[in-house]
Amino acid sequence: MERLPGWVRRHLAALRALLVLTLVLGVVYPLAVTGIAQVLLNHQANGSPLFRDGHEVGSELIGQSFTGRDGAPAGKYFQSRPSAAGDGYDPLASGASNLGPEDVLDVLPRSGARPDTGRQSLLTRVCARSKAVGQLEGVGGGRPYCTVDGVGAVLKVFPVTGTPERVVSANQACPARPFLATYRGVAVECARPGEDLSAGRTVPVRGTAVAVVPADAVTASGSGLDPHISVAYAELQAPRVARERGLGVARVRELIGEHTTGRALGFMGEPVVDVLELNLALDRG
Amino acid sequence: MSPALSGIVFIASLIVTLAVVHRPLGDHMYRVYTGQRHLAVERLIYRLAGVRPEAGQRWSAYARAVLAFSAVSVLLLYGMQRLQDRLLLSLGMPPVPGHVAWNTAVSFVTNTNWQAYSGESTMGHLVQMAGLAVQNFVSAAVGMAVAIALVRGLAHRGKEELGNFWVDLVRGSIRILLPIAFAGALVLVAGGLVQNLAAPHEVTTLTGGTQAITGGPVASQEIIKELGTNGGGFYNANSAHPFENATGWTNWVEILAILLIPFALPRTFGRMVGDRRQGYAIVAIMATIAVVSVAVLTGLELAHGGTVPQAAGAAMEGKEARFGVANSATFAAATTLTSTGAVNSFHDSYTALGGMVTMFNMMLGEVAPGGVGSGLYGMLVLAVITVFVAGLMVGRTPEYLGKRIGAREIKLASLYFLVTPVLVLVGTALAMGSPEQRASMLNGGPHGLSEVLYAFTSASNNNGSAFGGLSAGTPWYDVALGLCMAFGRFLPIVFVLALAGSLARQDPVPVSAGTLPTHRPQFVGMVVGVTVILVALTFLPALALGPLAEGIR
Repeated sequence: MERLPGWVRRHLAALRALLVLTLVLGVVYPLAVTGIAQVLLNHQANGSPLFRDGHEVGSELIGQSFTGRDGAPAGKYFQSRPSAAGDGYDPLASGASNLGPEDVLDVLPRSGARPDTGRQSLLTRVCARSKAVGQLEGVGGGRPYCTVDGVGAVLKVFPVTGTPERVVSANQACPARPFLATYRGVAVECARPGEDLSAGRTVPVRGTAVAVVPADAVTASGSGLDPHISVAYAELQAPRVARERGLGVARVRELIGEHTTGRALGFMGEPVVDVLELNLALDRG
Repeated sequence: MSPALSGIVFIASLIVTLAVVHRPLGDHMYRVYTGQRHLAVERLIYRLAGVRPEAGQRWSAYARAVLAFSAVSVLLLYGMQRLQDRLLLSLGMPPVPGHVAWNTAVSFVTNTNWQAYSGESTMGHLVQMAGLAVQNFVSAAVGMAVAIALVRGLAHRGKEELGNFWVDLVRGSIRILLPIAFAGALVLVAGGLVQNLAAPHEVTTLTGGTQAITGGPVASQEIIKELGTNGGGFYNANSAHPFENATGWTNWVEILAILLIPFALPRTFGRMVGDRRQGYAIVAIMATIAVVSVAVLTGLELAHGGTVPQAAGAAMEGKEARFGVANSATFAAATTLTSTGAVNSFHDSYTALGGMVTMFNMMLGEVAPGGVGSGLYGMLVLAVITVFVAGLMVGRTPEYLGKRIGAREIKLASLYFLVTPVLVLVGTALAMGSPEQRASMLNGGPHGLSEVLYAFTSASNNNGSAFGGLSAGTPWYDVALGLCMAFGRFLPIVFVLALAGSLARQDPVPVSAGTLPTHRPQFVGMVVGVTVILVALTFLPALALGPLAEGIR
């Protein structure tokens, strides 16, 4: 040992130190925490499972999609938030959309191609979700910066500066009727899929719509596994769920109240409704 | 209570808790690093490792030990990932690809925890707990050790030794990080974090679909990930994942864990140099910058400027309902003001200007309060630069805590601050210059540049958070960002230790009428000014092309 060069001895000491620390911090510590947690906090340590008729149906903390085989929302269930985890609520692919605040331009599918060959901007996703939720719940699905047909209300104006000569509604594929007839005196055209509009100036148009559908219903969460919705979104869904189940709206509202978690100590987090717990309670009757 | 008001109370409660806790914790760390006694378990570790705990090390020996330990750590972690299919608890995962394993090994050893992989589909439980989580402890302990070595350099009088790296490493891990992590892990399990060794199991959902419920030793890793300002998530969604951050109050606990040690170390520093007021001045500088940053970021997110946040009605894209906008923004500020990089919401979808604040926090060099250890040594180097600037103004030889700041000292301090801007700007420029690397951007326009700029800022400052839209899992980005992490960590460490060595050699000069007092509000204001101006001059052009161009119409 002593005869080895200094740098070799130093690295051997480092390796031995690392191995000993690995044993203490990487084996003993996590196993000790696991042992104690399994004994004292068994429910939480194993993922806070929920059961129906003795079968595990999920976790209090992991959201689910409540859709039928066709992918359409199941009317008798409260719906979760949009999810970017895999095909939706896939715990093996947790994550967010990562789309930015000015992601407003769609790539339109070419005519004749499958409708899913383009790329929807974040703005159009928000608009489309809002329209769909509005239809499902029987309320207006409009919101600022959205067209009535549920895409982002965005113009491409040519040239970039000066008086407009040509204006295109970038997210409305022909033969759609543009959401604006004219912009500063120029007739607005619908967009021809495949045409490169990048040279134009991007002008989102706010419009006059006021949103009825809450923000959490039209945005994907960070984890893609968000088990909660806002109280406002639950209230919006209550009449539809009551109708589909032949229950009184008052009873459904009562169940929402029972499954609402307020802010911890009155100031941590936001009040939320656990969707899976609420739907399980409805199934129990 | 309105969301804005509860958000303010949330921030205030964290400030009050830190104000209460920093004293006992800072005093505890003082005793840990200055005590003479070794615990039995520590003596055993020294014997097994074959190191002599009594031997003092000069700066060069200390630095060589840091580098040797880190090099061996990278190799072991790389090996574990490459061979994980032959290890226990691999969950059937194949070996991690070479470039990802390299990136991840460097990332965790440098306290960065940039993740070029998705935890739930790449890493087995053993690699997570005995590989990655071990580095969560020891990379944090390395940071603290280097900071303490610099403080000793300032405190010692004509004595070249800076202490013993092995002792500082082991004590930091065993006496500071481990007890807090142990208690904190159980608190987090009580809140709903999972802690088991199970593989994912399938359940049938209410509507008849299937869902895989994942397991893992998550809580024990989550707490040290925050406490050691590491940030590498067990799962891809990091602290947004309900199994990593289950409720509004676990979110509070995790933010507190992030800020706990960095805000307590100035107390330790004050006691070690024998003047607590010096520690208060340092913590005041950190707190001033941090409070402004948290307030601005939270305000910008609540105001939800920009087309999509306006359309949605709130900046909720990429945020969890249980945290809401305000508490998510507070986490984002805490994670980028320190070197943590854990996220409970996705910064790529933040408002343009809110996202810029997270980037700006990292560009400050992560000194307010910064990573465990790295925040303190970064701030002390800034204090050295500030007394130098002040000395230039009045034409005196600058000194800090009785140590003369001569040519050698200021050269080392300047080199320290040149490292990260060079890495960030050169790295971003190289990536933007190549069509192949530009193709990794998810978002177009200025936001695409922001994604690349964020990646190099995060890696070079050892943060680890991301504008996640960037597909950085390519060999080019894995290697480039890995190099940024390694140089961004170890070059500054070598400069800091060299500075500590040259300060330690000096006999202090007596305080005279011309000495700039470094414990008064005037000095606090000057350091804040120097920090912000230094960063603004360096990075404003890059920010103007990215988030500013996007956020200002």
